[in-house]
Amino acid sequence: METIERAVDTSHMKVSDEVAIQISQMNKWYGQFHVLRDINLTVNRGERIVICGPSGSGKSTLIRCINRLEEHQSGQIVVDGTELTSDLKNIDKVRSEVGMVFQHFNLFPHLTILENCTLAPIWVRKVPKAEAEETAMHFLRKVKIPEQANKYPGQLSGGQQQRVAIARSLCMKPRIMLFDEPTSALDPEMIKEVLDTMISLAEEGMTMLCVTHEMGFAQAVANRVVFMDQGQIVEQNTPREFFNNPQSERTKLFLSQILGH
Amino acid sequence: MSETGTQTVRFVRDTMLPEAAPPASQSGAVKWLRENLFSGWLNTILTILGALVLFQILRGLVPWFAHSVWNAQTLGECRQIIAETWGEGARGACLAVVRDRWTQWTFGFYPAHLYWRPVLALVLLFAALAPILFSAVPRRLMAFSALFPFVGYWLLWGGTIWTPVVALAGFVVGYAVWRGMAKRNALAAVLLAVAAALVWWLFLAGPVERALAGVAPLALESVRSSSFGGFVLALTIGVSAISLSLPLGIMLALGRQSDMFLIKTLSVCFIEFIRGVPLITLLFTASLLLNYFLPPGTNFDIILRVIIMVTLFAAAYIAEVIRGGLAALPRGQYEAADALGLDYFQAQRLIVLPQALKISIPGIVSTFIGLFKDTTLVVFVGLLDPLKGITDAVRASTDWKGIYWEPYIFVGFIFFLFCFGMSRYSMYLERRLKRDHR
Ligand SMILES: Nc1ncnc2c1ncn2[C@@H]1O[C@H](COP(=O)(O)OP(=O)(O)OP(=O)(O)O)[C@@H](O)[C@H]1O
Ligand SMILES: [Mg+2]
Repeated sequence: METIERAVDTSHMKVSDEVAIQISQMNKWYGQFHVLRDINLTVNRGERIVICGPSGSGKSTLIRCINRLEEHQSGQIVVDGTELTSDLKNIDKVRSEVGMVFQHFNLFPHLTILENCTLAPIWVRKVPKAEAEETAMHFLRKVKIPEQANKYPGQLSGGQQQRVAIARSLCMKPRIMLFDEPTSALDPEMIKEVLDTMISLAEEGMTMLCVTHEMGFAQAVANRVVFMDQGQIVEQNTPREFFNNPQSERTKLFLSQILGH
Repeated sequence: MSETGTQTVRFVRDTMLPEAAPPASQSGAVKWLRENLFSGWLNTILTILGALVLFQILRGLVPWFAHSVWNAQTLGECRQIIAETWGEGARGACLAVVRDRWTQWTFGFYPAHLYWRPVLALVLLFAALAPILFSAVPRRLMAFSALFPFVGYWLLWGGTIWTPVVALAGFVVGYAVWRGMAKRNALAAVLLAVAAALVWWLFLAGPVERALAGVAPLALESVRSSSFGGFVLALTIGVSAISLSLPLGIMLALGRQSDMFLIKTLSVCFIEFIRGVPLITLLFTASLLLNYFLPPGTNFDIILRVIIMVTLFAAAYIAEVIRGGLAALPRGQYEAADALGLDYFQAQRLIVLPQALKISIPGIVSTFIGLFKDTTLVVFVGLLDPLKGITDAVRASTDWKGIYWEPYIFVGFIFFLFCFGMSRYSMYLERRLKRDHR
């Protein structure tokens, strides 16, 4: 928790009534294995949600369903008014609205940092190259690494790579950002720089879904913490209630394990 | 370390030591010899054995090359010169055969007054390859690379200029149809473009060509495929098959990975079938069997048939090499491409293939080297490859009857130059594309 030093003022971060993501009665199986069971989750525009839970509980699978990196078998996922079905047009539409940051960054190693950031805007959004580069530099400045623009990902530290990955997503001007354990492949001293980037994103009102074990981050910026276990949402609450007054036994056990030592 | 003793806990250096050369036994040749050749008794024995073998080989080879004769008209004359100069019983290389017959090894039975055409084609080939092989050459010259196959064809085979022009026009027709349709439906556009090009080539190209030839009879003296031979033949087949098999191999590799059942099955069957059959079988098929299947009277050039077979053969191997490269890519790369909204073709072209091909460079170049050497197998379908076809022709002449080693060494040496060149290029390319500065 000590990684979050800056006091984050969440009072001005307004959550609108508009629904950004609506998941209802969603189920997913891997073969015979029922990974996600009856998931119901509504995310409003501007909301910042932290998803936590023990390993293997289906957190990654859940957020990967939101941009259809994984396919769900029953129920409904509606993102920004577009329902995810096997219709490729809808999938493309959702993917261009939703940015995703991965645990292992997944930068393209054969492209420079700048090219990583301009690739999708140029090819998907058909933005002219010069304009795409300007946007990319804007976001690279924002994540505080404009000077690395012409290097290759392999030349950057883990924390820098993850900030590039965030900038790369932002270049598509997404309305929703998904984070899958963005800091868990990083050394402790690099976690802070990535979390700071994410906090400033939250302060600008980005809708965020974040799988993370950084409870300090959850307390500082989340509107809601969602706790998952065995493929189900076990508990959701405001961070204050969630940490100080957990309801279910599983949550208590999880919190004692993660905060106890 | 030693500064931790009781009296010397504090230590400050006041004079800086000058740089000194390492002791002789620790540097230069002595050190290298000790570390690499005499580091233990086993290594020492192997070194001595190796030196003996090397000595034996050189004892035979060095005099043979040292006594070589470059100026002679016949084998008998050459042997005589060696005997006169170095004494009776001395052995020497009659490299005069190379000097006497190099045009035959190079051009086969290509008409001598037209030698300039293959030579010009070779020069243009290098010009066409430059922008593809070296990033320093302006990209714009690629336009010439795209035109080269048509220019090269015309120079080598001659005939009316309208043959390559209407062939090229087929691509233009296909491209125009694709451009017109691409906005509406990508798949339909591709299919229609292919169909339009086929219609052009099969039904329209012939009459158009004859009409144009009637109006403007621009033509080079035509040369028949049976006159091709030697390195002109090897390079014609090799270069065509190499440049055609790479794209085909990429498509097969992607097809094999495809989710679409039909495409996947076809790719797998094709790859496994072609890899399971010796190249010579395919060449015999090309030369004999196809005659049964094609309508009688069709004049389907034998070199073209061989190029098709060699291409298919190499493509199957390249597809497997590239599959290895594709498998080496982390899944995260595909996911990142998907998450950014790139479609299948964009993801393959911009993210997957550049990385997979880079990993596959050594394997691809090995396949190309193998392909180039395999062009000598065309001798089995009656074409005059440099290694056996032309060498046999030379050895059958009265002047050089009985010569054995020299032609093979010469042809082997030329093949080595080409293959070694490809190998060095692949290493250069790997170094240039190295991006993981870890
Ligand atoms: N492709 C797959 N095929 C089969 N089972 C899978 C697959 N991917 C994940 N699983 C299983 O689904 C379950 C949920 O996986 P998921 O990656 O969503 O967990 P998680 O909550 O993100 O865990 P962690 O905190 O370790 O990342 C796990 O039991 C995992 O073994
Ligand atoms: Mg996970």
